[in-house]
Amino acid sequence: MSAPKTLYDKIWDAHVAHEAEDGTCLLYIDRHLVHEVTSPQAFEGLRMTGRKVRAPEKTIAVPDHNVPTTLDRANAATMTEDSRIQVEALDTNAKEFGLHYYPVSDVRQGIVHIVGPEQGWTLPGMTVVCGDSHTATHGAFGSLAHGIGTSEVEHVLATQTLIQKKSKNMKVEITGSLKPGVTAKDITMSVIGVTGTAGGTGYVIEYCGQAIRELSMEGRMTVCNMAIEGGARAGLIAPDEKTFEYCKGRPHAPKGTNWEMALTAWKELFTDEDAHFDKVITIKGEDIAPSVTWGTSPEDVLPITATIPNPEDFTGGKVDAVRRALAYMGLTPGSKLSDVEIDTVFIGSCTNGRIEDLRAAAAVLKGKKVKDGMRAMVVPGSGLVRAQAEEEGLAQIFIDAGFEWRMAGCSMCLAMNPDQLAEGERCASTSNRNFEGRQGFKGRTHLLSPAMAAAAAVTGKLTDIRDFA
Amino acid sequence: MEKFQNVSGVAAPMPLVNIDTDMIIPKQFLKTIKRTGLGANLFDEMRFNRDGSEVTDFVLNKPAYRDAQIIVAGDNFGCGSSREHAPWALGDFGVKVVISTSFADIFYNNCFKNGILPVVLPKEAVDVLMEDAERGSNARITVDLENQTVSATDGTEYSFEVDEFKKHCLINGLDDIGLTLQKAASIDSFESDYAAKAPWV
Repeated sequence: MSAPKTLYDKIWDAHVAHEAEDGTCLLYIDRHLVHEVTSPQAFEGLRMTGRKVRAPEKTIAVPDHNVPTTLDRANAATMTEDSRIQVEALDTNAKEFGLHYYPVSDVRQGIVHIVGPEQGWTLPGMTVVCGDSHTATHGAFGSLAHGIGTSEVEHVLATQTLIQKKSKNMKVEITGSLKPGVTAKDITMSVIGVTGTAGGTGYVIEYCGQAIRELSMEGRMTVCNMAIEGGARAGLIAPDEKTFEYCKGRPHAPKGTNWEMALTAWKELFTDEDAHFDKVITIKGEDIAPSVTWGTSPEDVLPITATIPNPEDFTGGKVDAVRRALAYMGLTPGSKLSDVEIDTVFIGSCTNGRIEDLRAAAAVLKGKKVKDGMRAMVVPGSGLVRAQAEEEGLAQIFIDAGFEWRMAGCSMCLAMNPDQLAEGERCASTSNRNFEGRQGFKGRTHLLSPAMAAAAAVTGKLTDIRDFA
Repeated sequence: MEKFQNVSGVAAPMPLVNIDTDMIIPKQFLKTIKRTGLGANLFDEMRFNRDGSEVTDFVLNKPAYRDAQIIVAGDNFGCGSSREHAPWALGDFGVKVVISTSFADIFYNNCFKNGILPVVLPKEAVDVLMEDAERGSNARITVDLENQTVSATDGTEYSFEVDEFKKHCLINGLDDIGLTLQKAASIDSFESDYAAKAPWV
């Protein structure tokens, strides 16, 4: 009998197309997702060398980072010239190289990491890459998914493989159940709070345990999405009945006998008993609290009930980093996180832009109003999420509460389009990065769950969802 | 890709931990469809005021460091986004080597595709080199890829690890894609076996 394998080992082994003596492998790629920002130079490279896209049928493109989210965006004049050029370049490249393409005008357009699963492109056991670090999202299906740079995008386009060495295995187990008010977002942020943003470097994380099993597919995507924020190359969750149910019937999911064949194979996608992990972290689900970031790194995270830390509480290079972060964020050590006043709320992104996220936020907002003077925005993760939210009456709840109801895109998560914070503005955001300048020059970001963001919109400050009525 | 040459000179100290790719090249500069010209905006929001004037105390604006080809950085350099614009900006500015205790994975890989050598050294070594770097023109750090060493001003040598294949590509300026296409037969045969086993993919 062969040695017990982790889920990562199994997916890896099934995709090695070539292995050199030193262990450098060519890993075969099943799905290549492409967006407008990190791909133009790759297509240009293909043109310059006369190369083709090896597997256009496995390559899916959608513009998301740059696109306006205003209702009038069908008019190209709503885009700045450089954004328009990038989106047009993707239009042209998708057509010229024969890729699957969801243009801005298509209702299926949206954030690439939401479109992939939604359309059934992402399936268990696959290797998925994209020129975007949040590709980790797709790991929720038990697929090995990670971000790559533009040179690697070109490499995958030309060869359908990636030059890789195997990472180490890390297990993150969340035992027991979550308490009320605690979400997938709080799990993933709390894990980063424990590991730090470099704790996962060199590893692929497998998330497991009862609390992970109890999450929906959408919650699992939220968890895996931020694996990269912990430094991990990818996050994985073994597929189960929920996964299969989610995939079944999606436009590009297998059908008929192929479905039966796939299902048989997918049921083998789990970590064998006694398989070796190089690092194991265990967190009790019931210990996780609704969480929020206070600094400028995702590891700067605390329960909402905590106070702002002191730089002196830290060691090494982190002391100066915290000093800088507190100055940037305009926060005083010792003050309560729940006293921090905000002026902007952003609900959306590949972390929290799916229908369940909008449901959670709308449930908080129903019959309530956004506090006077606040700017609050919902940006659905895809046109289909937007349509479903309208059908379920969620859109009306947001609009009645005083939220802007936008078209799909990455929007204020990275503020490449006009959705940006002004200098000094402070945002409660469901996105994934609180870096300096991320949401706008000198803008200040607090990461939290959709329900917490909605509550903050009503109270005008960071709010413990458990106290919110 | 240009062949990597050994580097010897002034190193810019950037002791801040977790310098992310948003800091290295802010998003407003990602709207280019070219790989070149990004050096002008390297570390833009740290390096320039809103009116375009230089932030005088930012390290790369100080006379000693304006042409630095080496950066000595705090832990976890290059974390965050996968944007290859980060090494493009560093390379375009003239940076050839970044030394730190750790790098984010995607950034680390991206460097090698662009003729930049990221060097991982233990904290004690980085601390010495950081002190050296802070002495500006009074110090000189030498990076030798062939022998995998970094030498401090006083001549102390620190050895570093680097993947043999990556080193080979960097020293010889090799194009990954060309190398992989030499193995096209392996990819072809993998693909046909795999299609039989997993026809739904």
